Amino acid sequence: MTGLITMDDLTNEEILSILDDAERLLPVARGELYLPLLRGRIMGNLFFEPSTRTRMSFETAMKRLGGDVVNLGDVKTSSVVKGETLFDTIQMVDGYTDIIAMRHPRQGAAQYAQDAARVPILNGGDGAGNHPTQTMLDLFTIRQAHGRLDGLKVVLAGDLRYGRTVHSLSHALTRFGCELIFASPTLLQMPAEIVSDLREHGATVTETEDLYGSIDDADVIYMTRIQKERFADEDEYARCAGAYKLHAKHLGDVKGDMIIMHPLPRVDEIHPSVDETRHARYFEQAFNGVVARMALLCRLLGVTVPADVMAQGGAL
Amino acid sequence: MSNEQSMRRVTAIRNGTVIDHVPSGQALRVLEMLGIAGETSVPVSLVMNVPSKKLGSKDIIKVEDRELTQSELDRLALVAPDAHVAIIRAYVVAEKLSINLGEEVVNVVRCTFSNCITTNAREPLAHRLRVVSRDPLHLRCHYCGRPQDLDELVKNAL
Ligand SMILES: [Zn+2]
Repeated sequence: MTGLITMDDLTNEEILSILDDAERLLPVARGELYLPLLRGRIMGNLFFEPSTRTRMSFETAMKRLGGDVVNLGDVKTSSVVKGETLFDTIQMVDGYTDIIAMRHPRQGAAQYAQDAARVPILNGGDGAGNHPTQTMLDLFTIRQAHGRLDGLKVVLAGDLRYGRTVHSLSHALTRFGCELIFASPTLLQMPAEIVSDLREHGATVTETEDLYGSIDDADVIYMTRIQKERFADEDEYARCAGAYKLHAKHLGDVKGDMIIMHPLPRVDEIHPSVDETRHARYFEQAFNGVVARMALLCRLLGVTVPADVMAQGGAL
Repeated sequence: MSNEQSMRRVTAIRNGTVIDHVPSGQALRVLEMLGIAGETSVPVSLVMNVPSKKLGSKDIIKVEDRELTQSELDRLALVAPDAHVAIIRAYVVAEKLSINLGEEVVNVVRCTFSNCITTNAREPLAHRLRVVSRDPLHLRCHYCGRPQDLDELVKNAL
């Protein structure tokens, strides 16, 4: 494996084995243990569009493992604005670093960078394309809660049309035999070609506009933000988005171990009353971004995560 | 009707290229893809929808005083992958060219997706489209992964 551009770069076995590595790295991610597996390595953080969360998560992951990070800096003042091609930028950073984490507004940019680079590329999002590290942290969060990925019933809700996160996650969950329920307003339905592609790959998919009627036997509810800009006017938005908001009062009959996820930031699709329930998992999910990226960095750099992390690590 | 008879529907050409076995109705698209539609200085003759044993019906194109190059053949592969191409010199077939559609179409056309990284003309890496299926023809961009609209693709010849 060179870099990680799409989830298709990983087999199911590789996914599970990386999730195992991530599991073992949890105490390191939490700062309870010092394990400098990546000491002496440098990661280039190339964010051609702002995404503070993802950039910080990559940076934290590298630093928790004792590695260093160099940043592209503000896109507005860097050479990119002066018209440098992605190819040239990659040539430069490739010489400085051992691995590159990148986000770019154009689709295909990560694959392009991988073809131009010697070091592995970790795709942190390319346009409306792929965002595999997000999918890995989502899978990690689901497996952490349920102890498995196969055979779960997962409700994905909100904006399923434009959200690349839910597209990529749906494909990954299909590979593990999950049952998918897509709950969204008609305007924001999962694109038909994705649904047919998922079905071709053996997925059981149900499409509905009724979120509340779909949650009682769910193992996971994955919420997403519905953006106002998608609608013609304010009234239409209020009418549609109102049916895709979770409040603690909706959770009376759900399964005890059901978890609620959200890629964050949320606006009001998950009411703060949900935060107090045992179902809320979105803040852990955000934290899991660090540990999932730690495991991916090790894998792409060819560094083995020791079986007994506690024995290898030291105090901070 | 024999092949010879259908060929004779248009005048024999002295020098140039004959493209036979073009899928019926696709001749204009072929010309567009080859960039010899419209303001070309060479004479072009077409026959469309003539009966064909192999295809049911087909189109035939004759381009005078011009021999197709390899890169034009590569473009032809995207619209008429089973066409037969003959180079005519002094009224006789001097050469038969074969069209090869490989696993990937490299530097023939540009990806049709408007937000693809390859839309920046200054990016130097090759334009690469993966052949996902041949019949019907489905292509995907190597970089952005988007499926390609063949009608759009005709406008994106490099
Ligand atoms: Zn493309």
